[in-house]
Amino acid sequence: MGVVVEGFREAFRLLVTLNDEVLGITLRTIQVSGSSTLISVLLGIPAGAVVALNRFFGRAFLIDLINFGMGLAPVVVGLAVWLCFTRYGPLGMLNLLYTPTAMIVAQTIIAFPVVTGLTLASIQSVNPKMRLQMLSLGATRGQYLLLLIWEARLGILAAVIAGFGRVISEVGASMMVGGNVRGYTRVLTTATVMEIGKGQFELAMALSILLLLLNFFVVSVMSRLQQRGKI
Amino acid sequence: MNSVLEARDLRLVLKGRNIFAIDQFTLQSGEVMALVGPNGAGKSSLLLTLALLQTPTQGTILFKGQTVSRDNLFVLRRQMALVFQEALLLDTTVRRNITIALRIRGVLGHEAAVRTDRWLERFGILDLARRQARQLSGGEAQRASLARAFALEPEVLFLDEPFSSLDYPTRKVLLRDLGGVLQEMGMTAVFVTHDPTEIPYLATSVGVLHNGRIIKSGKVQEVLGTQLPGREEFQLWPD
Repeated sequence: MGVVVEGFREAFRLLVTLNDEVLGITLRTIQVSGSSTLISVLLGIPAGAVVALNRFFGRAFLIDLINFGMGLAPVVVGLAVWLCFTRYGPLGMLNLLYTPTAMIVAQTIIAFPVVTGLTLASIQSVNPKMRLQMLSLGATRGQYLLLLIWEARLGILAAVIAGFGRVISEVGASMMVGGNVRGYTRVLTTATVMEIGKGQFELAMALSILLLLLNFFVVSVMSRLQQRGKI
Repeated sequence: MNSVLEARDLRLVLKGRNIFAIDQFTLQSGEVMALVGPNGAGKSSLLLTLALLQTPTQGTILFKGQTVSRDNLFVLRRQMALVFQEALLLDTTVRRNITIALRIRGVLGHEAAVRTDRWLERFGILDLARRQARQLSGGEAQRASLARAFALEPEVLFLDEPFSSLDYPTRKVLLRDLGGVLQEMGMTAVFVTHDPTEIPYLATSVGVLHNGRIIKSGKVQEVLGTQLPGREEFQLWPD
């Protein structure tokens, strides 16, 4: 019980004093997970819409793959990215291993299927007659897609929330391709694991509380957006 | 009168099932045609095909003498409007539902505002302009849907059982209002219904569909006779 109380006390102290290192770790967490979520959204929403609205050979298998990807183990993604970026890997010449960029790549691979799969399901759930109604208004392909995304926005925002939640909380891939380098690739999850390893439970708890607060803040902003105008 | 919409040798087969086979269909300017028939007769499929939203398996459609093809589909669709059985409004305010539809057709600014207000007022829902569409009652939503369709000022209006999900009093009032507007505007329209009692309120002509074929067509009086009785007294298609 003492550890828990101490953890809360330490978290409060860190928040109030804005310790430079903790602030840096928090900002890096926002930068890495925010960037990977943004990239996943930019790629995943159009990808989900294209798969939802078109019939083509191999579509069913592609949907299987997307849904399978939603549950991809972060350590497996981390290993795959590590193998690509390692010195002798196919992308070794880019020298990206143990950089925030490698972490963004790994996290994007984790979030992309989540955003794509949930976008696909959201667009498919729009009343098929509503789609005809949009076309009957004379909408071009682009206008039709925008209107559909608007109608499916509740589900799509849920996809963004799920994607962000998945990457901000993952540790395996970030640890593997980022290396938890102090002041460079250390994020809240990898720092927490490290502090537990060192026996610094209070600091680990403080970092965890910061992680939860950050996650809650971002998710609540998106939830407000999602629920605006809803009963 | 000029023909606005014509179809020749029109057939639709879906999943091996013949939905309809229409040798000749003509809609004159200012004509309001009721397509009636039992469930599964092919009424809605024919309506969607004429509204250029369903590609026929075979046949030709001409809009104002122009043959419909893949190349002119968008342009021609923008001269039509469609109202479904359920009011399919976008998840935004009533006003924005109309302005978005007008924007799609390139009507913006003052012109869009004037048209929106005019048609909201004409259908008695100007006071609901700022209301979220999903918070409207069934009758209000269908009025908004009709206001949107009329604001587009289409050459042909298609209505797919627009009142069948409404209660009787609401339906009666709306039928009277829509009938008035159609007559006042001299609008060309096709509406689908399985309720023959709606015909005298709206239509100038009737096409009776049965098993995908038009088995009877002509002016309302010719098809219905001189009586305008209750629904149970009609025998427009075989049992």
